[in-house]
Amino acid sequence: MFDYNFHWRPVMKSLPDLLEASLLTLQVAVLAMILGIIIGLCLALIRLNMRGPLRWIASTWVELARNTPALFQLFFFGFGLGAFGLHLSPYMIVLAGLTFNCAGYLAENFRGGFQAVPDTQIRASRSLGMNAWQAYTRIVIPQVFRIVYHPITNQMVWAVLMSSLGMLVGFRELSGETQFFASRTFRIFEYFAVTAVIYYVIVKLILGASRLLATRLFRY
Amino acid sequence: MIEIHDLHKYFGSLHVLKGINLNVEKGEVLSVIGASGSGKSTLLYCINGLEPVQQSNAVVDGTDVHAKGTDINKLRQQLGMVFQQWNSFPHLTALENVALAPKIVKGKSKAEAREIAAQQLKHVGLGEKLDVYPSALSGGQQQRLAIARALAMEPEYMLFDEATSALDPELVGEVLETMRMLAEEGMTMICVTHEMGFARDVSDRVAFFHQGVMEEIGPPEQIFGNPQSEHTQKFLANVR
Repeated sequence: MFDYNFHWRPVMKSLPDLLEASLLTLQVAVLAMILGIIIGLCLALIRLNMRGPLRWIASTWVELARNTPALFQLFFFGFGLGAFGLHLSPYMIVLAGLTFNCAGYLAENFRGGFQAVPDTQIRASRSLGMNAWQAYTRIVIPQVFRIVYHPITNQMVWAVLMSSLGMLVGFRELSGETQFFASRTFRIFEYFAVTAVIYYVIVKLILGASRLLATRLFRY
Repeated sequence: MIEIHDLHKYFGSLHVLKGINLNVEKGEVLSVIGASGSGKSTLLYCINGLEPVQQSNAVVDGTDVHAKGTDINKLRQQLGMVFQQWNSFPHLTALENVALAPKIVKGKSKAEAREIAAQQLKHVGLGEKLDVYPSALSGGQQQRLAIARALAMEPEYMLFDEATSALDPELVGEVLETMRMLAEEGMTMICVTHEMGFARDVSDRVAFFHQGVMEEIGPPEQIFGNPQSEHTQKFLANVR
């Protein structure tokens, strides 16, 4: 009834390659998050404070990022731009796709964060003689950052897991590398089982680090 | 000296202040009383420029608050403000709450700012709470923290916007005590308040506002003992 023979040896032999590929996974996810946070913050501020074409662009960005499959977004930067003669490297396709997606989700988190800080905090800051920039950077943004901290952690986890879509545009990150070895050895199950464990460990490490950082950052 | 001449304020089509004329001398304590919606709080916001005005002349120590060239951030350093919702900064300790503005607005050194902050917190009776976050303070303590925060800018005037209205009744006393102490030290104060006892005992003058108009102003003995306007009489009969 169950006559599949597991062969773990090939997987173990390519484990160093897989671990190296997982660093690439982590790298692209971290970069996408850094860019996503910066762009997401801008998108949120535009949507909260501006009118006109800039606001329209920001809203469209958020709508597309949140309401279409991440895979399609990646394909857009790969095959979509390719159709117009703009060929990005697999690395850039994944980075651009993930950044686009993360920025859209994070923009909504930031928007909620800004709306959760009462206007009276700004009034109190201004009444002390702070200018608008000081009130925002010293009083509002630190509070917003705390509100969006855990959603950002979530998004970071998503970025790591979503980077596995890179496999489908020829990017040799952890999943791409796994696919490469699996198709050469036909030990598909073994390879993806081990890779799943690696993803699990990466995510657990991110969550642990985030929790540790939170206890240091937020004493109130 | 604060001089207000024919001040008008609209929220949309709502005419909330209808031509206020008022002078507040240095060292004076003025209490402003009246029903909710009579424009008392709005008056304070217009004095420190947190609300724009449609027509006015609010002049603080010779500077027109709403004139185009006025450096409002500089002017606000003269005008300490305490709000109904105390608005302590939740992500900063009591000491940091008070030290922040002297440091980043006045350009004091970190050590200097912290020293000023510690001194002001001691002044309002929070000397033991320097490193505590606002979430661990009671409403009354947070309001005293807000007073210390305003005082740390060494203002010439203090504006109190219903500083005790949002407090639990048993916490009102400690805040009024602090305000009383400031008055005795000679601080110039405009207190929008519902505390009639405070208005009567501490103020040099009391102003009664009714529907955007200053109906009556005078020493507390006059306002409470022998009010001239019919609206003042009615209001005082209701709050007693």
